[in-house]
Amino acid sequence: MTEFLTAALGFILAMLALGLVRILRGPGDADRMMAAQLIGTGGIAALLLLGVVTGVPATVDVALTLALLATFASIAFVKKGSPHLDADGAKPTEGA
Amino acid sequence: MSVALDIVTIIAVSAGAFFFLAGTVGLLRFPDTLTRLHALTKADNLGLGLVVLGLLPQAGSPRDGLKLVCVWLLVLLAGATVSQLIAALASSESGQRGDSIERGPP
Repeated sequence: MTEFLTAALGFILAMLALGLVRILRGPGDADRMMAAQLIGTGGIAALLLLGVVTGVPATVDVALTLALLATFASIAFVKKGSPHLDADGAKPTEGA
Repeated sequence: MSVALDIVTIIAVSAGAFFFLAGTVGLLRFPDTLTRLHALTKADNLGLGLVVLGLLPQAGSPRDGLKLVCVWLLVLLAGATVSQLIAALASSESGQRGDSIERGPP
């Protein structure tokens, strides 16, 4: 079972490496951000598999943190790109 | 019993890896931003979901299994939210470039 899970881990990591090609080529910023989100999700899957393979339960906590960070990265990107989503109804700050 | 659980793990993790393959190939091959977003959600929701489902029989205790499911639920919620935001940003950008994308009512 450990060998199979390790093989699946390697396969998912190879898929993440392929996803980097879209970051290199992607015509728009949104395409690059989607590739980054795919890498976040795939990294979570790889961490969960690694936690079962090595028997270290703390990797699940690392995967939870990675899920939060990938989400915040994407939301920060969207808020930077579209000013009308800014500040949740507050007035824009002067000179910023 | 252990063999049956191992078979469940092998089938579900293989299916999850296949969906990661499908998501990556779609992200590389599809022609525009919104179709790539469609491919990405497959990898997000189904790929990670099937990997978590496959790892559940290998979890040591019910608490560990619950934590795995919590990771998946968090990714589902975040993926749905971020997909909507990125799609709104992409369609407004292509509208500024002069492409004709049908916009829904505001």
